[in-house]
Amino acid sequence: MKKQTITIVATVVITVVVLFAAFYYLMPTIGARYLHPLMMGGEATSEPANLDTSTSILSDQEWFRVSYTSNENPLPLNQVHSWTLHVETADGQPVENAEISVDGGMPQHGHGLPTSPQVTENLGSGDYLVEGMKFQMLGWWEVRFGISADGRSDTVTFNLILE
Amino acid sequence: MKRTYLIAAGIILLAVALWIGISANTRRDSWTESETTTLRSLWIGSLPPLPPDPSNAYAEDSAAAVFGQRLFFDTRFSSNGAVSCATCHIPGLMFTDGLPLAHGVGTTSRKTMTIVGTAYSPWMFWDGRKDSQWAQALAPMESAVEHGGTRTQYAHLIDEFYRTDYEAIFGELPDFSDQTRFPSVAGPVDDEAARAAWEAMSPEDRDTVTRLYANMGKAIAAYERLIMPGPSRFDKYVEGLLNDDQQAMQDALTKDEVAGLRLFIGQAQCIKCHNGPLFTNNDFHNTGVPAAKGLPVDDGRASGVQKALADEFNCLSQWSDAGGNDCAELRFVTSEGEQLLGAFKPPTLRNVAETGPYMHAGQFATLEEVILHYNTAAVGPVGHTELEPLHLNPTQREQLEALLRALSGPLLLPPELLQAPR
Repeated sequence: MKKQTITIVATVVITVVVLFAAFYYLMPTIGARYLHPLMMGGEATSEPANLDTSTSILSDQEWFRVSYTSNENPLPLNQVHSWTLHVETADGQPVENAEISVDGGMPQHGHGLPTSPQVTENLGSGDYLVEGMKFQMLGWWEVRFGISADGRSDTVTFNLILE
Repeated sequence: MKRTYLIAAGIILLAVALWIGISANTRRDSWTESETTTLRSLWIGSLPPLPPDPSNAYAEDSAAAVFGQRLFFDTRFSSNGAVSCATCHIPGLMFTDGLPLAHGVGTTSRKTMTIVGTAYSPWMFWDGRKDSQWAQALAPMESAVEHGGTRTQYAHLIDEFYRTDYEAIFGELPDFSDQTRFPSVAGPVDDEAARAAWEAMSPEDRDTVTRLYANMGKAIAAYERLIMPGPSRFDKYVEGLLNDDQQAMQDALTKDEVAGLRLFIGQAQCIKCHNGPLFTNNDFHNTGVPAAKGLPVDDGRASGVQKALADEFNCLSQWSDAGGNDCAELRFVTSEGEQLLGAFKPPTLRNVAETGPYMHAGQFATLEEVILHYNTAAVGPVGHTELEPLHLNPTQREQLEALLRALSGPLLLPPELLQAPR
């Protein structure tokens, strides 16, 4: 091998080693945010991309269009608050006498809501008061409502991200 | 030609060395917008005004707070005359006691929690078996291993030593002088004789005593509401960040502490439960903490929530000053489910370096052990742990611990509140 080639190879090797060492030692300082989560130990707890966080959606079988508003905006952390749920038929008629159950949780943590919210009042015109809502962690939450009205039962799941 | 390569190699090496030197020595902490939002949410300046306690009509009464402070430090309110609230909640130790298990007239099965900032918590104790500060304050007083006393004993003590203080706040003190109606030792406690004496009393007399007892709790709570944390170096760092003041940031936290902070809100996932300006969500989580040696398995919140619902002093009880609609946490509490089993309240991390040992029965002596536990995510003795391994290397674990040590700060109350009033 020519001496020149050896020099080039040595230079490249040394440069790579030095760069690697610099990267390794500086990583704790510059932080992990430039790295893919998998490089940082397989943590992948961020919510899925393109998560639909609409507050007005069709139920699973498309019987109802359901929307919610919170009495606290933005959604509060660690605080019991209320929602108003609005239920109408797919063609826009308010559903006045629905039976509604509430459920939910954090899909990535395998636990439910910290409280057991309930519909406590039928406000009329398809509006229902949901009391006892609470989120105690930041991140992706699902809130599910089971809705029965006029002989039809359906479920609807809202996604929301608490920041 | 050979020479040219050697020179080129030399220049590259020099440049790299220079780059490392500059990167290592000039520090500029940069945070994304969303990270800054997260850091601001942990900042003490984000602490909202103290929420009212509708269950305690005397919560904001300054005379009640002084009276409560007297009771807090008064060892006469115990079976042996040697135990007060301050026996376990030592002001100089951030209102904890430095012990694995609390020690009153006997030894309990849990570690003493701090009082600092608990006015913000909807649930008290590791298992949340009480839903207000005043209801909490009454539990140790009748525990056989803490104060060891009874409520009629306390009524007689108030009658003897605090009649004026009491009447100035709560109105006329009932006449407890008839020893046949008000025995010196009687209450709904473990001790059989005291319990029998209590049950022999008329319902009206029992209510008279219990009303006074509840008022004692409300006075103690009025004092405890004043016990708040002050800013730590972490808070000065966030202040610097919000003011775009690199110098203030660098004066507040070292590079290792900042690296620990990135881990805290990132890979280490501490912020999942230790969120908000008190670094706790005051909820309940199973983190697979090992059982304490010599103690039975503790199911935590699963039993705690049932006790809270049945508690004679809860928000919906006759002794509470709240209207039914004020008690949302209790009305909508989750009382069943796997997630409650072995779940305990995440304590505040403010002053965590001063409040060891750690976990609900002091299972871990040091922060290093705590971080190792979260890093490995070992399976716990009961229920399902919410943890997953964190894969932090030793350097990162040290950085995280450094950050935790930067969460200490002075209490935000005048020194005269740290001892019995004169």
